[in-house]
Amino acid sequence: MAIHVESHSAVHAHDDHGHEHEHHHGNFWTTYIFSEDHKVIAKQFLITGMIWALIGGVLSVLFRLQLGFPEANLSWLKPVLGGWLTPEGKIDPEFYLALVTMHGTIMVFFVLTAGLSGTFSNFLIPLQVGARDMASGFMNMLSYWFFFLSSCVMFVSLFISTGPAAGGWVIYPPLSALPQAIPGSGLGMTLWLVSMALFIVSSLLGSINYITTVINLRTVGMSFTKLPLTIWAFFLTAIIGILSFPVLFAAALLLIFDRSFGTSFYLSDIYIGGEALPNQGGSPILFQHLFWFLGHPEVYIVLLPALGITSEIIATNSRKPIFGYKAMVGSMLFIAILSFVVWAHHMFVTGMNPFLGSIFTLLTLIIAVPSAVKIFNYVTTLWKGNIRFTPAMLFSIGLVSFFLTGGITGIFLGNSAVDIQLHDTYFVVAHFHLVMGSASFFGMMAGVYHWFPKMFGRMMDEKLGYLHFWLTFVGVYLVFFPMHYIGIAGFPRRYYTWTAFETFSGFADLNMLVSIAAIVTLSAQFIFLFNFIYNIFRGKLAPTNPWNSTTLEWTTPRLPGHGNWPGEIPTVYRWPYDYSKPGAKEDFIPQHIPYSETPESNLPHENDQIKLQFGDKPL
Amino acid sequence: MSEAVDFKIVEEPKRPLAMHPKKFGLWLFMASVFILFMAFTSAYIVRRAEGNWQIFELPALFTYSTIVILLSSVTMQWTYFAVKRNQRANAKNMIVLTSVAGVIFLALQWMGWGSLIESSIHLVGNPSGSFLYIITGLHAAHIISAIVFLLVVLANALRNRFNLNQIEMCTTYWHFLGVLWLYLFVFLTLLR
Ligand code: HEM
Ligand SMILES: [Cu+2]
Repeated sequence: MAIHVESHSAVHAHDDHGHEHEHHHGNFWTTYIFSEDHKVIAKQFLITGMIWALIGGVLSVLFRLQLGFPEANLSWLKPVLGGWLTPEGKIDPEFYLALVTMHGTIMVFFVLTAGLSGTFSNFLIPLQVGARDMASGFMNMLSYWFFFLSSCVMFVSLFISTGPAAGGWVIYPPLSALPQAIPGSGLGMTLWLVSMALFIVSSLLGSINYITTVINLRTVGMSFTKLPLTIWAFFLTAIIGILSFPVLFAAALLLIFDRSFGTSFYLSDIYIGGEALPNQGGSPILFQHLFWFLGHPEVYIVLLPALGITSEIIATNSRKPIFGYKAMVGSMLFIAILSFVVWAHHMFVTGMNPFLGSIFTLLTLIIAVPSAVKIFNYVTTLWKGNIRFTPAMLFSIGLVSFFLTGGITGIFLGNSAVDIQLHDTYFVVAHFHLVMGSASFFGMMAGVYHWFPKMFGRMMDEKLGYLHFWLTFVGVYLVFFPMHYIGIAGFPRRYYTWTAFETFSGFADLNMLVSIAAIVTLSAQFIFLFNFIYNIFRGKLAPTNPWNSTTLEWTTPRLPGHGNWPGEIPTVYRWPYDYSKPGAKEDFIPQHIPYSETPESNLPHENDQIKLQFGDKPL
Repeated sequence: MSEAVDFKIVEEPKRPLAMHPKKFGLWLFMASVFILFMAFTSAYIVRRAEGNWQIFELPALFTYSTIVILLSSVTMQWTYFAVKRNQRANAKNMIVLTSVAGVIFLALQWMGWGSLIESSIHLVGNPSGSFLYIITGLHAAHIISAIVFLLVVLANALRNRFNLNQIEMCTTYWHFLGVLWLYLFVFLTLLR
C-alpha cells in the first residue's frame, strides 16, 4: 500500500512541471483504459451503462412482442434467437422467463445502480465538493473493473445453451436453488450469482470511495450545509449501499451453498417427480427476508441519485433557490433510514402474522410523508420561477411526474389487505416501473443532458433533446398506465401467455397498445444515442458555464484535466442555490464568490461574516 | 489615502473536518463486514425461531482460539506502540508473533471443525450446523486477509520501512476481527 502511495505522489510531482499537457505522462492504456481519473471512470460507467440499457431494452421488447402479439410468427428473429424460438416461430416459454429475469437484473443493477451512481457519483463528487480526485483513484479503478468483469459474466450467461437465470430478478428459491426446476437454474443461475458477487464488490468499493471523498476531501468552506443536494443524495445512497449490499451477499452466499454444496438453508420437503430431495429444515422465506432487506433499500439506491440530480437541475433552470434545502436533506435522510424497516411489504402474502403485516403497513405508509415533502418542494421551486425548458429540465420535471404517479400506487400496495389482491400482478409492475424505473431513468437522462458539456466539452442538440423527451415521456405513460388496469383485473406478472384464460381475453387490445408503445419508446432512445455520440465529436463547443450555474464544477476549464483545476482549488463561501438573489447583479452567484464582493445582495447575517481588518489586525 | 488601502475585508471560510482518507475507508469497510455478519446472525435467529433446529455443544477448541485471538490483539497493539516509540527490532518481533498467533487461531478453528465432524455435525445437514460452518469459515477468511495485511507490513518492516498509518490501520483491522470473533463466539454459545 505504501508503495502505491509513493508512486502516486510521483505522478503529481511530474504533473507540476508539465501542466499544459495534462495527459502527457500517461499512455493510451493508463489514460483511457486503466485510468484512475474519476472523470474517465465516470465515462466508462456511463458508456457501459448505456450499452446495458440498450440490451435490457431490447430484451423487454422481445417479451412485449409475446405479450402484445401472442399469435404472431417471429421466425424473422431466428438469426438472433436461434433455438429459443419454437418451430411455430414463437418465443420459447422458458426463454420468456429468462428474458424477464435478465431485463430486471440488468435494469436494476447494471443500468440504474452502476450506470447511474457510477457515472454521476464519480463525475460530480470531486468536481462539486472541490477535490482533485476521489480519495483512492486505485480503488475507484478497481470498482469499475469489477463491474466490467461482472458485466462480462452476466453477458456470457445470455448465450449459454441452457439459457440465463430465469427465476425472476429476485431469484427466489427453491426455483433458483434447484437446477432440476427450470433450465435457467442450472449454469445460468451460477453465472448470475458469480456476476452479482463481483457486482457487490464493485459497488462496495465505489461506495466506500464516495463516502470517504465527501467527508474528507471537501474544499475549504464546503461545510455540509453548503453541499449541493446532488452530493447529499450520492452520499446517502453510498451509505445505504454499504449497509445493504453485504446482506445481499450473505443471501447469495447461502444460496450458493444450497446449490453447490448440498446445504439446506432455503430448502425443505421438496419432491421432484415423486422423489423427496434429501434437503430438510430450510426456509425459503428466510431468503425473502434477506433479499428484501437489500431489495427495498436498493430501490432507493436507484432513486436517490436521480432525485439529487433533479434538485440541482430544477433549481438551476427555475432560476430560484431550491425550496426547503434543509427539508430536502432531511427527507432524503428520513427515506434512507425508513428504507431499512419496510422490507416485509414485499412479503405480505407469505403467510406472515397479520399483526406484523399491519406494523409494516404503517412503516411503509410513513415513507409517503418524506416523499410528499420532496414533491412539494420541487413544485414550489418551480412555482413562479423563471423557467428555462432545457432538455435536462424537461426530464427532471418528467421525473417529478413519475415519482408522483408511481408513488401514489405505492400507498395502495402498502396496505397489507389491498396487497392480497394486487401482489404479483401488473399493478406492481406499473408501480415500480413508474416510480423507480422511469423516474430514475429520467433522472439519469437529465443528468446526461445537463452535464454533457462538462463531460465532453461540447453541447448536445436541444431540438433532438425535446423530441427524445416527448416521445419517451408519452411513451412511458402509454406503456405503464394501462398496466394498472390490467393488474387490478388480476393479471399475474411473469406469465408467458393468457390466451388460455377466457377472463383475460378482453385485455388483448390493451396489451397490444402497450407493446406498440414500448417499441416506439425504445426506438426514441436512438435519437438520444445519435445526439450523444454525434455531439461528442461534432457538437458546438461548450462555454465553461453554459447553464449559469452556481456549483464548483462550472469553475473548471471547458475540459477539466487531471486534477480538475489548473490552479488552486476554489474556496467556497456560500450555499449552492444563490439564484435570482434580490439586488444581485446577475441572476446567479457561484459558490466561490465571497460575500465581500457582493455587498449589494448580502443579507444581514451574511454581512456579519465579513470582518473588517486593518493591516493584519482585526478591528 | 494610503491608510484606507490598508483596510481589508476578510472572510474566513472554515476548513472542513477531515480524517486520513484511507483510515476512514477502512472504517467503512469494517462497517460493511460487520453488516455481513449481522445478516448471518439475524438469519440464524430467524431460522432458529422456526424450530426443527439441532442443538449441539460448541467445540472446546473454540474457547482456546478465542483466547489466542484476544492475546494476539495485545501483541498487535504492542507492535503499534513499538513503532511509535521507534523500537524497530521489537516491532518486527511483535509483527511476527501476531501473525503466528493468527495462524494458530486458524489452526484451532480448523481442528474445531474436525471435532464437530467427529460428533457428526456436518456442513450438509440441519441448518444449525451449516450456519456454524459458514459463519466461522467466513470469519476465518477475513482473518486470512488480515494475516496477508500483516505480512505486507512485515515485508515493509524487513526493508526497514515503517509506515505508522499503515500499521495503525492494520492494528485497527486486527482488533476489529478479534472483537467480531468475540461477538460471534458469545452469540453462538448463547443461542444454540
Ligand atoms: C410511497 C412510497 C412507496 C410505497 C408505499 C411502496 C410500496 C410498495 C409495496 C407494498 C410493494 C410490494 C407490492 C407487491 O409485491 O405486492 C412495492 C413494490 C415495489 N416498489 Fe414500491 N413503494 C413506494 C415507493 C417506491 C419507490 C420510491 C421505489 C423505487 C425507487 C419503489 C420500488 C418498488 C419496486 C421495485 C417494487 C417491486 C419489486 C418486485 O416485486 O419486483 N417503490 N412498493
Ligand atoms: Cu419496497
